[in-house]
Amino acid sequence: MKIHEYQGKQILRQFGIPTPRGMACFNVAEAVAAAQQLGGNAWVVKAQIHAGGRGKGGGVKVAHSLDEVRYAAQQILGMHLVTQQTSAEGQVVHRLLIEEGVQIAKEFYVGMVIDRSKQRVALLASSEGGMEIEEVATHTPEKLHTFWIDPITGLDATQAGQIAARIGIPASSVNDAATILQGLYRAFVETDALLAEINPLVLTTDGRILALDAKFDFDSNAQYRHPEIVALRDLDEEDPDEIEAAKFDLSYIALQGDIGCMVNGAGLAMATMDIIKLYGGHPANFLDVGGGANQEKVTEAFKLMLRNSKLKAILVNIFGGIMKCDVIAAGVVAAAREVHLAVPLVVRLEGTNVDIGKKILAQSGLPVISANDMADAAEKVVTAAGRS
Amino acid sequence: MSILIDKNTRVMTQGMTGKTGQFHTIHCKAYAHGADCFVAGVTPGKGGQCFEDIPIFNSVAEAKTQSGATVSVIYVPPAYAAAAIDEAVAAEMDLVICITEGIPIHDMLRTRRNMEGKRTLLIGPNCPGLITPDEIKIGIMPGHIHQKGRVGVVSRSGTLTYEAVAQLTALGLGQSSCAGIGGDPINGLKHLDVMKLFNDDAETDAVIMVGEIGGSDEEECARWIKQNMHKPVVGFIAGMTAPPGKRMGHAGAIISGGQGGAAAKLAVMEECGIHITRNPADMGRVMQKILRG
Repeated sequence: MKIHEYQGKQILRQFGIPTPRGMACFNVAEAVAAAQQLGGNAWVVKAQIHAGGRGKGGGVKVAHSLDEVRYAAQQILGMHLVTQQTSAEGQVVHRLLIEEGVQIAKEFYVGMVIDRSKQRVALLASSEGGMEIEEVATHTPEKLHTFWIDPITGLDATQAGQIAARIGIPASSVNDAATILQGLYRAFVETDALLAEINPLVLTTDGRILALDAKFDFDSNAQYRHPEIVALRDLDEEDPDEIEAAKFDLSYIALQGDIGCMVNGAGLAMATMDIIKLYGGHPANFLDVGGGANQEKVTEAFKLMLRNSKLKAILVNIFGGIMKCDVIAAGVVAAAREVHLAVPLVVRLEGTNVDIGKKILAQSGLPVISANDMADAAEKVVTAAGRS
Repeated sequence: MSILIDKNTRVMTQGMTGKTGQFHTIHCKAYAHGADCFVAGVTPGKGGQCFEDIPIFNSVAEAKTQSGATVSVIYVPPAYAAAAIDEAVAAEMDLVICITEGIPIHDMLRTRRNMEGKRTLLIGPNCPGLITPDEIKIGIMPGHIHQKGRVGVVSRSGTLTYEAVAQLTALGLGQSSCAGIGGDPINGLKHLDVMKLFNDDAETDAVIMVGEIGGSDEEECARWIKQNMHKPVVGFIAGMTAPPGKRMGHAGAIISGGQGGAAAKLAVMEECGIHITRNPADMGRVMQKILRG
């Protein structure tokens, strides 16, 4: 789960990491009032969307007067901000962060992720802040340093100081930077984050170290112990279909094609998308119904897939395992009736009572095509989609 | 022989009295030698009771001493599952198979760190478990699709493992052991670890390796295979059509920062001499062709 920059900065401040003073705003009047309240003679008006690359897309503007703040806020609020990380249509901006301007002497990068092969938290740090870290990794890998943190000892002051010195933080500011790194590690662990990134971390002309940006991504498996993080969720930033799917414990991702597929298990669901492609079709979605493919879940899954106006056919691929195929078949038939399914439906079931399951499908009076295995199913659904 | 488990293995079940634990304990006990193999359950506070004639103990240590179990299977809910693994590690179990899905990743980081230098091996979490057909089934996989034989199966996914197994069985190719290592980014045995076991197992002639997008485990395993493996390996990677940046159900199945894509994994695997297929319906047939020479 991702959050906005201004929310991320609140978390950073809770862990003792200094940021510029700033306020979140939802309309132009609030933006101007915020600038007035912050005082000074320079402000940064920043679009708050979850995607990165906002600056390049025109979502970050520097203002030198309240009129400029007003103008920038007018420009940014409501715009479809297109960045490398958004869709082609972009993301509509509903929130702004108004911050005091800061005199920057040097920009750095620090970030934390989980390194799955080393099974440690990896701290990434670079003297090259303010640009995409992937660019640094590609073009000047020698300037990107990785350090691994032992979960038993955590990040101690000595290691943190060495890291700060390594990326060129001046000696007089190394202690401040080390405290920031330690705070970031604590924030990363204590909020159950998957990603925590400050880009840029800046050295100001008056020698302070500040977090100018904040990016977090949190582990959805740990949300049960973080109501304070869940409260930061912004549904405007998420895909409405995926939100709807999650309500029913379905894992759904829309794709570009026209053949819907409903599968139990993530690996088999991906393999089903792959085989549709292999047989010349185009999958419309990833949809994992999980272990319990009951009537309610299948109905909701059908409804989700049918939201897609391009949909030409549906493939249901259920490896029942311990679940009985007749029970699944009855659920599929009932669900298809409930949603008045009009597109061709190819069903491949595997597991116990598979013959009874096929009989239920055949006698349903619905346009259901039974398939014997995955290849048969893919071939049939691609043909059916081509006809409809 | 098989790998890790056989009919002589003695198993305790942590979280046996929960709904999931009960359901799968009944099925595991009913499979092959299960009635002899499943000798204890652990549920704090329920020590002294029985479920399906299996005695329940308050702790792993107590269950181990009393029953002689050396392997543990875990169905404990996600919030407590890492602690359940820790308890099994502290009791010096040989092998822990954690079925639980949805364990916070930071819990697993601490648990894996805690396992360093300890004797206990871990399979999972978020996995179907481990089976040696006609001997013992530890986990949630459907027993009836398996057949005893000489092909090993290792996979990160649940139902896709069943798919591979069912294809083999339909062609009359039985399995030595099948290991589902799980779809989480921080887990126990990797493809590589299981592949080494299969390579050393006298009753395994060939291996099907089923991977998916995310991480680099399949590549690391492939490079080891190129240097060391003396048995044929058939490989498939799920997620050829998966878009980058989207988590495909499993916490570990995501292409991020250009890493972990299916095409790149398949290229490395092919380069390392693995018989890859891009068709998930063909895993069994490719294996059959190789074994027929």
